Amino acid sequence: MIPSSVEETQRLLEQHRYIADKGLSVAVFLSLKLGRPLLLEGEPGVGKTEIVKVLADLLQTRLIRLQCYEGLDLSSAVYEWDYARQMLQIRLLEASGERDQAKVRHEVFGPEFLLKRPLLQALETTGGKAPVLLIDELDRADEEFEAFLLEFLSDWQITIPEVGTMKAEQPPVVVITSNRTREIHDALKRRCMYYWIDYPGFEKEYKIVREKVPGVPEKLAQQIVMFVQQLRQQDLYKAPGVAETLDWASSLMALDAVELGVPMIEDSLGVLLKYQDDVVKAKNQAQDLLARSQMPTHI
Amino acid sequence: MNPRQSSSGQLLSHAVAFVRVLRDEGITVTPGQTTAFAQALAEISIFDPTLFFYAARGSLVTKREDFAKFEAAFKNFWKTLGLERFPSELLNQTTIPPKKDQKAKPGEVGREPKSGQQNQPDAPLPISDRALTFSADEVLKTKRFDQMSETELERARQLLYGFSWNPPERKTRRMRPRGDEALDLRRSFRASLRHQGELLDLKFRSRKTKPRPIVCIADVSGSMERYARMLLHFLHAFSLEQSRQGVRRLETFVFGTRLSRISRAMKRRSVDEALREVGQQVKDWSGGTRIGESLHAFNHGWAKRVLGRGAIVMVISDGWDQGEPALLAFEMERLQKSCHRLIWLNPLIGTPGYQPLTRGLVAALPFIDDFLPVHNLNSLEMLVEALASLDRRASNVH
Repeated sequence: MIPSSVEETQRLLEQHRYIADKGLSVAVFLSLKLGRPLLLEGEPGVGKTEIVKVLADLLQTRLIRLQCYEGLDLSSAVYEWDYARQMLQIRLLEASGERDQAKVRHEVFGPEFLLKRPLLQALETTGGKAPVLLIDELDRADEEFEAFLLEFLSDWQITIPEVGTMKAEQPPVVVITSNRTREIHDALKRRCMYYWIDYPGFEKEYKIVREKVPGVPEKLAQQIVMFVQQLRQQDLYKAPGVAETLDWASSLMALDAVELGVPMIEDSLGVLLKYQDDVVKAKNQAQDLLARSQMPTHI
Repeated sequence: MNPRQSSSGQLLSHAVAFVRVLRDEGITVTPGQTTAFAQALAEISIFDPTLFFYAARGSLVTKREDFAKFEAAFKNFWKTLGLERFPSELLNQTTIPPKKDQKAKPGEVGREPKSGQQNQPDAPLPISDRALTFSADEVLKTKRFDQMSETELERARQLLYGFSWNPPERKTRRMRPRGDEALDLRRSFRASLRHQGELLDLKFRSRKTKPRPIVCIADVSGSMERYARMLLHFLHAFSLEQSRQGVRRLETFVFGTRLSRISRAMKRRSVDEALREVGQQVKDWSGGTRIGESLHAFNHGWAKRVLGRGAIVMVISDGWDQGEPALLAFEMERLQKSCHRLIWLNPLIGTPGYQPLTRGLVAALPFIDDFLPVHNLNSLEMLVEALASLDRRASNVH
């Protein structure tokens, strides 16, 4: 079921435990409505991949994920023949006295020997519903794959020489994510609805923590979020994303923390920060940051 | 002409007019995107300015860098149509402050930045250069840039564009159907069908190579003044040749007291236009030098975006640094760790008896892979050769 308005999209996302702001809801709604791929960019850990899972859940359909990497080729992204089984089949046919080469060829290129990879799977509907296709971290793939994708996203069909052209009855819902380790080609970007997911503000992040880490005390959650928000203002090599905030909240829960204290922060900083220089910097300022995050909040 | 009251036809023509405004602002919008925008308008309530704003931005803008430009144009355009009440908090979100408005801090070291007008490159000399013969060119090649006359410089610039460039390559993860590195099952099996499924003719494939990205970070502070313009010409010639070869893998940055990215300007075909744009963009030309801070800005803001895929970094500077040597060492170490090869080009190496003893250089030296001169045409030619031979060295790191 496709939501009928932006408000409904936002509400449905929230019901599925994803807190989205208005801009993102508009982008999601329009990409569903217009059938354009949704291109999400943003720092790592702000919930780009997460929203796709939620979307599949919300639309009650399958999620197909394609993780990109350099050199991603047809045989990993689209289809591959099961060569070992094909060779066995040839031997079996031979043993049964089959001599007609054309027939052998026809036999071994049958659908049962076809291994379907994500993009081919995405063309199939199950129960009348098109799947959600997540093309994750497209920036890691190379230009060759991007060029192929461009064609795929406009025609929704794939040609396999031995079988013929496979066309989607219903185009899948496509979400592409990128961490911007390189620029995605303009031609591809222009076919998409684009949204940049920012780090959330205090209130939104607080809501997310309360939603995603059940049982975290109100006060602790506030302190955690304030601390992370303060930390992001610092000059760090890699600022913590929302995913790290959630990990940290869970870790502190596991450590039975009731309130944030400097020793506890120092012990668990590795959950938030992944570069040693950042950890050192944060340790030096822990006291100060903590003091600032103790200030009364406006909730 | 209030769009709230106008018919959908009028709204559409406003939308198209708005797209035209965006194009004037330098945001590229394709007809396909315009159509998507028009379709989007039919799907949302256009009376909610927030929805309207996001629908427009989502369908028309594909770069975060353009958000600020878009917002300004959006505000301006719809205001003239009488649609004024936009929530101000919305228009402040996710905006990157435009860099050009930043003023140098009062305490900053260095001379006052010159105006853009003065930064313009010297107009090309109208005289024909045929007077300089082949042997004159040979002499020119070993002459230091800071000792050249204006005519000689002009001739040197022309010679730059005659260099033969072979950017270094690296092996990628993508396979091509040639060579002998790995079995190509797909083709082998196809071929076997001709022999009743007997694998008689094994096919192989190997990894494809691609040119490495090259990142240049050039010092344009006061002490580099006599070399900077020539080096920009060099970078432009390089950039031009790369795009001629169909690859655009040269990223260019300049710094004095702060870092500016000039890659876009360098991609202009005409060198004069390119340098004019650089002049307008770079405000700390011929001022003080803060190498450590500039590299810090690079490591934080750009390294992740431009240093992927085994990039080669060339830092061009004489090493006169007014900043903290410890910071420079720290940032150099990080830079070296995140690229394939870190080359430091120093015009002073060409000076007889020169020794790299400045505080900045001493701090940076341990993290430099190659320390090369760039004081005359010959050294530039050698640099190009050195770059081309880099790929012949075995490296499994990147």
